[in-house]
Amino acid sequence: MLSTALRSAGRATQNLLVDTASVWRLAVTAASRVFQGAFRGEAVRFRATIIQSVRAGNGSLPLVGLISFLVGIIMALQSAYQLGKLGALDLVANLVAISITRELAPLLTAIIVAGRFGSAIAAELATMKVSQEIDALTVMGIDPISFLVVPRLAALMVTLPCLTIFSDVLGIVGGLAVATGVLGIGMNGYIANTFDALVLKDILTGLVKSVAFAGIIGLIGCHQGLQTRGGAEEVGRATTAAVVRSIVLIICADLFVTAFFYVRG
Amino acid sequence: MNADEPAIEVRALRKSYGGRTVLNGVDLEVQQGETMVILGASGSGKSTLLRCLIGLERPDEGTVIIEGTDIFALDSHALSSLRRRMGMAFQGGALFGSMTVAGNIELPLAEHTRLPSSTRRIVARIKLGMVGLEDAMDQLPSELSGGMRKRAAFARATALDPEFLFFDEPSAGLDPITAAGLDRLLVQLKESFNVTLVVVTHEMVSAFAIADRLALMHNGRFIVIDSPSAVRESQDPIVRRFLDRRPPESLDGAARFRKFFTD
Repeated sequence: MLSTALRSAGRATQNLLVDTASVWRLAVTAASRVFQGAFRGEAVRFRATIIQSVRAGNGSLPLVGLISFLVGIIMALQSAYQLGKLGALDLVANLVAISITRELAPLLTAIIVAGRFGSAIAAELATMKVSQEIDALTVMGIDPISFLVVPRLAALMVTLPCLTIFSDVLGIVGGLAVATGVLGIGMNGYIANTFDALVLKDILTGLVKSVAFAGIIGLIGCHQGLQTRGGAEEVGRATTAAVVRSIVLIICADLFVTAFFYVRG
Repeated sequence: MNADEPAIEVRALRKSYGGRTVLNGVDLEVQQGETMVILGASGSGKSTLLRCLIGLERPDEGTVIIEGTDIFALDSHALSSLRRRMGMAFQGGALFGSMTVAGNIELPLAEHTRLPSSTRRIVARIKLGMVGLEDAMDQLPSELSGGMRKRAAFARATALDPEFLFFDEPSAGLDPITAAGLDRLLVQLKESFNVTLVVVTHEMVSAFAIADRLALMHNGRFIVIDSPSAVRESQDPIVRRFLDRRPPESLDGAARFRKFFTD
């Protein structure tokens, strides 16, 4: 009983280590392809990156907007509940602005994009792997990493910060809607308070996070896709695994980045 | 290149997956301009051998030498320039689903040549015309039938006019007429361009139709490598069984059934 439990824990740990190592290898290979490409004149396949950016951004934009707006409303209401008791309703603007830009916008955007685009990457590459299209690329002398992985990673690293800024704006607008409509705070006062509270560093912290999250979504999605073996049913498994792992890793990374900025002040 | 040096040389290749030996000491020489057909039952290791020949799979032991160079000793850059001289048609076609049929054929041209896009389009039309698919140029692979996909994959494999052509199961799952058409295409291609062809198949008819030499794989090694006429005359029991389509004794249900009751 105990030995089976230990054995399965051991196997799970071993799988985790093996997986982590191969994700790391993928990251290193992708980075080295970018450098090699830079010497040949094209670090990243430009056209493919544009196509992937449009794919990543287009589908997620309305969803990110809607969810950020709603979360902005929720944050304003929740903070008014406490701040009202202290007679400090004016501070709702500060609280919403800081929590949205530093934390919620990058996190929510990353989770939405992991669900929409990370899963799409995993499914697409897994299908290509299963139908030997990846092998076909290799045999043609086209490197699958620089042809498929690098453009997707680059697209995410550009698109996710942009979506995060969009989310920042709509989250604050959501807070503003509550402040003017429900709490009776004037619009000008709210906006002035928001700009007082926000410093550039808050927004940059959020964007640093979103770049890290973009790397996680892209690497995990590509890795799950490329390591798929077997038949069509494995494609579904790879897709699910990509989303679940991305979200777990995003939250872990969020903790590290937040702690880092907290310690550094 | 040395005149009497074989184009492809396989030496003592071994490969196993998780304790199961798939290739167990394979030796093979393919001459320049020759059509070598590799025959074998399903699971006999012939597809794995093909994957080793093009460097997709690294063997546990042994090596593959193409025109005097060990392909597993090459760095990735040198290997990919060698691969520009190779074409491979995969079993299921492995066409890129996001591109049209013409786009599939233009991709290697766009990657490895400086041809302008109009010229690439013309080359794609010629290659597709060769396999009778010029009308399907702007269709997506998902809109094609299985046989059309195989032909399109064949056209893609020849896009860069390769010197070595590898073909995995050209006629599996095709009707006899389409299969015969593909066989004839392979023979024509060899006669007009002097390519070195390696074809993996389990279809006896098409094997004898195209082969200069046949190699029969059994349990991870070749039990015979010879000309079609010599293979046809062979008295080796395993070769005979393969040629005469007899099931192995272990699968003879009636005999086992009797044995079960008499013992």
